[in-house]
Amino acid sequence: MTFKDLHIISMKSFSRDMIDHILDTAEKLEPIASSKSKSDLLKGKVLAVMFFEPSTRTRMSFETAMMRLGGDVLSLGSVDASSIAKGETLADTIRVVEGYSNAIVLRHNKEGAAQLASEFSSVPIINAGDGAGHHPTQTFLDLYTIRRESHLDGLKIALAGDLKYGRTVHSLCYALSLYGAEITLVSPKELRMPAEIIDDLKSHNIKVRETDSIEEAISDVDVLYATRIQKERFPDPAEYRKVANSLQITPELLEKAKPELKVMHPLPRTNEIDPRVDGTGHACYFRQSFYGVPVRMALLALVMGALE
Amino acid sequence: MEETPIPEIRVHPIRNGTVIDHITAGQALNVLNILNIPNPSSGVVSIIINAPSVHGIKDVVKIEGRELNVEEVDRISLIAPKATINIIRNFEVSGKTHVHIPEKVSGVVKCINPNCISNSNEPVTSRFTVKPDGRKITLRCSYCERTISEDIGNHLL
Repeated sequence: MTFKDLHIISMKSFSRDMIDHILDTAEKLEPIASSKSKSDLLKGKVLAVMFFEPSTRTRMSFETAMMRLGGDVLSLGSVDASSIAKGETLADTIRVVEGYSNAIVLRHNKEGAAQLASEFSSVPIINAGDGAGHHPTQTFLDLYTIRRESHLDGLKIALAGDLKYGRTVHSLCYALSLYGAEITLVSPKELRMPAEIIDDLKSHNIKVRETDSIEEAISDVDVLYATRIQKERFPDPAEYRKVANSLQITPELLEKAKPELKVMHPLPRTNEIDPRVDGTGHACYFRQSFYGVPVRMALLALVMGALE
Repeated sequence: MEETPIPEIRVHPIRNGTVIDHITAGQALNVLNILNIPNPSSGVVSIIINAPSVHGIKDVVKIEGRELNVEEVDRISLIAPKATINIIRNFEVSGKTHVHIPEKVSGVVKCINPNCISNSNEPVTSRFTVKPDGRKITLRCSYCERTISEDIGNHLL
């Protein structure tokens, strides 16, 4: 199995064996990610970080990952101050930046941008989110978190929140289908998971259940994955408040859960998770955020050919 | 008073050209659009809409003096997957084929997702994978993965 020069665009191109190999590699690199040991694995390599829309965690964790492995980071900087503001196409920008770097991390507001970039680049493109499309590295870190904090095989998971526009949960669903997970989808009816994704899951013989009640879902699951409900999706603020509060995770709600239940969230959170949950054994969202570093270290080392 | 029967109007057989039969009812005008008809160099074109057939109703298009190429037939298959192409030479049917549904089409349909990168000023053509679904066709954009299964004729480039 070789990952050298592989573009990372969508979870759909990864088999279970490939995912397991990435997660195993991340586990080996975790001591370096947490600064317990040092590495020069990517010394002399340059990672170009091109973010056409704002992101804090994803960008910083990629930069940290590259630096922890001894490599250098080249940032696009502000889009307003770049050639893009002059009207340069993404295709042209990619053909220029590939000459400066060994891999390109791309976040873009248009769906399909990473696929397009991969058609013009001779160095690996890593999709760090394209509009409402895919965000595969978030999915790898979510899977890594589940494996470290709970278990992937035979997993019962509830995904709660904005399932319609939340690209993290779309990719996660596809990946979990490879592990035979039982998935409960919890959302208000306005923000249900798109029908084509549910159809795809069912075609993989995955048990999928839909509900709008978090109380109904919580007692039987190993992982509760919450996403932010975006206020701007609701024309009526009163409707938003009603829905947002109906899916809030509180210590009282968690009394109905299994003791080993883990609560995950891609962050940032607004009011989906009561801060009082942070101190309970259920909370693992801040560790989840850290796990992005070893996972992205693994991906960078693999696609740049430093590890097999 | 006894009514005078109205004579049945028939489309005359053509000497040379193509008869596209079994077009999904309502799609004849989209077929003409695919074939860039009318234009000043078009031959005589006859259209029958909502003609009764053993499988319900259908549309038929007859084009005199023109044989279709493979790309045109591939495009027609997206909106009329059951269509048959009859090549007419000297009033005889010299070849009859069903349309072939291609696995991929490029530069034929515009993605319905306004936020798809293929709808921006990038130097790429739209590309879709084609999935037959009973009597319908589903197209999945190779860039954003949005699907089109209804009114494909309205999205032809």
